[in-house]
Amino acid sequence: MKKRIIRIISFALALVAVIGATLYLGAVLQDARLDNREGHLLCGYYDTTDPHDVIFIGDCEVYEGFVPATLFEEYGITSFVRGSSQQTVWQSYHILEETLERETPKAVVFNVLALHYGKTPSESISRMSLEDMEWSKQKIDAIRASMTEEESFLSYFLPILRYHSRWSELDSDDFKHAFDKHADITHQGYLMQTHSDPVDTSDTRQPEAMLEALPERAIEYLDKMTALCKEKGVELILVKAPTNSIRYYWYPEWDAQMVAYAEKNGLAYYSMIGKDEEIGLDWSKDTYDKGLHLNVYGAEKVTSYFGKILAEDHGLTDHRGDSAISAIWEERINSYYNERGEK
Amino acid sequence: MNFASFGFLAFLAILTLVYFLVPKKVQWIVLLVGSVVFYAFAGFVGFFFLLFAIVISFVTVQILGKRQAALKKYLEDTKETLTKDERKAYRAKHKNGSLLVVCIGILLLTASLVYVKYLSGFINSSLSFGSGAISFGSLAIEVMGISYYTFISIGYMIDVYREKAAVERNFFRHALFVSFFPQLAMGPISRYADTGEQLKATHSFDAKESWCGLLRILWGFFKKLVVADAIAPTIGYIVSEKLGGIYFILLCLFYSIRIYGDFTGGIDIVLGSAQILGIKLPENFNRPFSSKSTAEYWNRWHMTMGNWFTNYIFYPLSLTKSMQKLSKWGRAKLGVGIGKRLPVYTATIITWLATGLWHGFAWNFVVWGLLNGVVILISQELNPLYEKFRARFPKLWHSAPYQSFMAVRTFLLMSLIRVFDCYCDVPLTFDRFFSTFYTFNIGEIFNGGLLELNVSLTQYIVIAVGIVVMMIVSRLSIKKPLRETLWEKPVLGNAIMALLCIAILVFGSYGLGFDASAFIYGGTFN
Amino acid sequence: MEKLIEILENLHEGIDYETCDTLIDDGILDSLDIVTLITDINDAFDVAIPPEEILPENFNSAKALWELIERLDNI
Repeated sequence: MKKRIIRIISFALALVAVIGATLYLGAVLQDARLDNREGHLLCGYYDTTDPHDVIFIGDCEVYEGFVPATLFEEYGITSFVRGSSQQTVWQSYHILEETLERETPKAVVFNVLALHYGKTPSESISRMSLEDMEWSKQKIDAIRASMTEEESFLSYFLPILRYHSRWSELDSDDFKHAFDKHADITHQGYLMQTHSDPVDTSDTRQPEAMLEALPERAIEYLDKMTALCKEKGVELILVKAPTNSIRYYWYPEWDAQMVAYAEKNGLAYYSMIGKDEEIGLDWSKDTYDKGLHLNVYGAEKVTSYFGKILAEDHGLTDHRGDSAISAIWEERINSYYNERGEK
Repeated sequence: MNFASFGFLAFLAILTLVYFLVPKKVQWIVLLVGSVVFYAFAGFVGFFFLLFAIVISFVTVQILGKRQAALKKYLEDTKETLTKDERKAYRAKHKNGSLLVVCIGILLLTASLVYVKYLSGFINSSLSFGSGAISFGSLAIEVMGISYYTFISIGYMIDVYREKAAVERNFFRHALFVSFFPQLAMGPISRYADTGEQLKATHSFDAKESWCGLLRILWGFFKKLVVADAIAPTIGYIVSEKLGGIYFILLCLFYSIRIYGDFTGGIDIVLGSAQILGIKLPENFNRPFSSKSTAEYWNRWHMTMGNWFTNYIFYPLSLTKSMQKLSKWGRAKLGVGIGKRLPVYTATIITWLATGLWHGFAWNFVVWGLLNGVVILISQELNPLYEKFRARFPKLWHSAPYQSFMAVRTFLLMSLIRVFDCYCDVPLTFDRFFSTFYTFNIGEIFNGGLLELNVSLTQYIVIAVGIVVMMIVSRLSIKKPLRETLWEKPVLGNAIMALLCIAILVFGSYGLGFDASAFIYGGTFN
Repeated sequence: MEKLIEILENLHEGIDYETCDTLIDDGILDSLDIVTLITDINDAFDVAIPPEEILPENFNSAKALWELIERLDNI
């Protein structure tokens, strides 16, 4: 009898130990992979409690292209950027769903570049977006929609299943910070890049001719976003950032498809490609990676340009007169300039 | 269904729960339904072949059973009226009729096996060996397990013919005996005497059996994921790059480790799963790498297959009238020594040829089978010499170094033979083998060559530790399995179980692998 | 019986066949030995040991083997 009790207790303890170790080691092993800046672009949103007039949603072109600090400084529009690396449309849709559960902005700005993905382009990059979300029904849906064939759903609950082979790279720091909350390194979702690496003008490569229209699956999710915004009474605005490198080339055919889509659904669509002069972009200074993405100087110009459109054509309120709101934003603007350096 | 998957574990957990919750009378139905579900995961094409084997073997044993009953009655009725010789003649005639029935059954099943294996290439359904790329998980394709259930069915028909097994009259119970799910993917090839009655019996939950079964499953995962699959990349690399010299020797060693971990580990999962359900499947391995001769090795490795071939091919073949005549002829013409050997030797070679072909219709398997046969016969011929040596130097013979020498010799020899199914190319295998005689690049492996085989130093260390643990466990399991010893020491046992789980989760080769650069967004721009 | 012991001794020397009753269980006789043995017995005693009689209990000792031969002779 006594042996039986010992047996049951020790088995239960073993079970607890395995579960505990699985969770702890999972956190330790997962942690370091998120040690890069692009791994924490979505988590900052959960800490904000004040409402936003505009939510930007999309891939790198939103978190490197729109600066909420500038938007408030110049137009008094409150905003947040919910962008992440290679954020696919289905991820955007579920992130939008999640966002609209929490607040009802006046407008949602969606950058259309990611529409060219018909399936998840990179399991690891996609995972960074998904893992940075808080647990919710929308997160589960986003995982289901994003999973590549060889992935297991369980590995999102038990990160050890995904990251276990990292064991040989662990150092003591990983163990110390296993359960630390990740600091928000963005400015309202905007990821600061201050250095410049000009476009290589000697590179004369031309993009190949377009092979396919935007994938059906992507358009399906765009339809869902349109419907959701309509249902919630939020205006959906489509944009295409001015960057247009060979790597992420936005074909005129796709652009035409978007123009038609916007017209059909009564949406505004702004493509900033070819608007360098109006925006004032200087590709020898305003990009940090040879024209793939904008740096902070380019992003500010784009925000300035687009903010005017928002304010004039979409009737967004200027909150600069509201002292309570201004106070919150002043702090944000200060911290923004702290990292950027004075104007 | 992949044994090394969460899907399988979930399946097993649900099945176990249902199995012990339903009334005991219907437990066997749960197992049958479970087997059908398990098989359904492998696609319904294969279902037809399984059903074919079940129906053919069922019909055959029913006919055999009826004939046997009729014979018995006839002999009883004619006890008084017929002479002993008349009765003997009748019995012999009747037996020939039964033989015809069982032969037709065997022929039909063999035909379906040959058909499937020929059509679907030669590897898909042969589950135990095959190329280095094979893992037991990926084997659930095409007609899963046909080699195994065909052999189980044929063995059962012969056992009934020989009156060594009872006739199962219930079709569904018979279906369960043939298709019991754990043994579908990689054996063991059980006989009616092993599982027939057990699958009919009722089983109460037994903590000890379930605990030991669980530990055994985990141990199987450890062998497969931490050792076998971890060393696998080296094999693929050496084979595809056609490396020679010392690398060929490494390949022999690594492939032996891999196949041992993969196959014995897989069987541990199979037997452990059955054990949780209270069913004891026959063991398939008995410390094979401790064998001191090739013949002994084949009594310890893939034992149920070896027994099958011995019982159903080797013995009948060597004892046929024509073989015995061959022996008589040989004794008269070629001398007593050769005449005596003729049947045994002929049967040995044919049996090994069949064994090779069972693994797959390819030259490498033919050569592999023949080599095994030849090595066994050579050692048989050398036996008198050994025995003289042993009588002359009994002390040396029984000394530990000499015993170890024999074990190592057998291990190396078997590794060399086994490597044929790595290359799947006979001339290439010989070519690489001979390269060890003219390519001396032993220094290379210590100058970083070892690390170029797609396995890192830390991974080698884990594999090495895994191998040492496997050797220790094997050593401690001679008298009785270590898990049973551990059951008596619950604290230690459960601690080991927990450690095993964690070791598998962290060090196991599964999932997508980790590449830090894949997680840097900028890293994708080139 | 003496003839049987002689046959067995030709197979492997140095084993006390009169008393040993674990010829199979201890692996003294392997499958090749068994076939050789049966060939010899069939020849010497004019019986035919069928494959289904190759069971450990029939081959574990000289005594059991002798009983098998007698049984087959009497059918």
